[in-house]
Amino acid sequence: MAHEIPWHHDLDAALASAGDKLVLLDFSAAPM
Amino acid sequence: MYPDPRVVALVTEHFVPVRVHVKQNRDEFQRLGAQYNAQWTPAVLILDRDGTERHRIEGFLPVEDFLSQLDLGMAKAAFARKDYRRAEQLYQDVLNRYPSTDAAPEAQYWAGVSRYRATNDPAALKAVGQAFQTRFQDSQWAKKASIWKS
Repeated sequence: MAHEIPWHHDLDAALASAGDKLVLLDFSAAPM
Repeated sequence: MYPDPRVVALVTEHFVPVRVHVKQNRDEFQRLGAQYNAQWTPAVLILDRDGTERHRIEGFLPVEDFLSQLDLGMAKAAFARKDYRRAEQLYQDVLNRYPSTDAAPEAQYWAGVSRYRATNDPAALKAVGQAFQTRFQDSQWAKKASIWKS
């Protein structure tokens, strides 16, 4: 099981590859 | 919210996660922030694969509430694609898993609406109206369902 979220940063690519999944778009200002 | 293993598991299983950071992805933040009218962070949007927004979570939430909102978003997406059986099941999951969250009364309402849409049986709406007489009576959803209780 993953221990952290595998964030993507390209929304268009994420939408294109989503298949049966939904896309969770996180607008964040959290420390990185 | 995100370091919690339950959040990681749910997001990894059901979503393609995309993070647009206000500083690290400044140009994308400005472009997508304008496109989706994101005016505050954190703002978490649940999108269909065509990019249509189905649910929005603005501001920090404790883990239990955040999980309930993610499930609520999945249910809304199922409802939007007219998969009413699946939507009812997902709304029931919210109700059963997170009964003390703000998502629960909303889920109770929409579970009934989903059943009505799936069956075209008005008894589903009457049952929701009656359910709100014994649970979540003080919620706005009880007011919305009050028209069906008799």
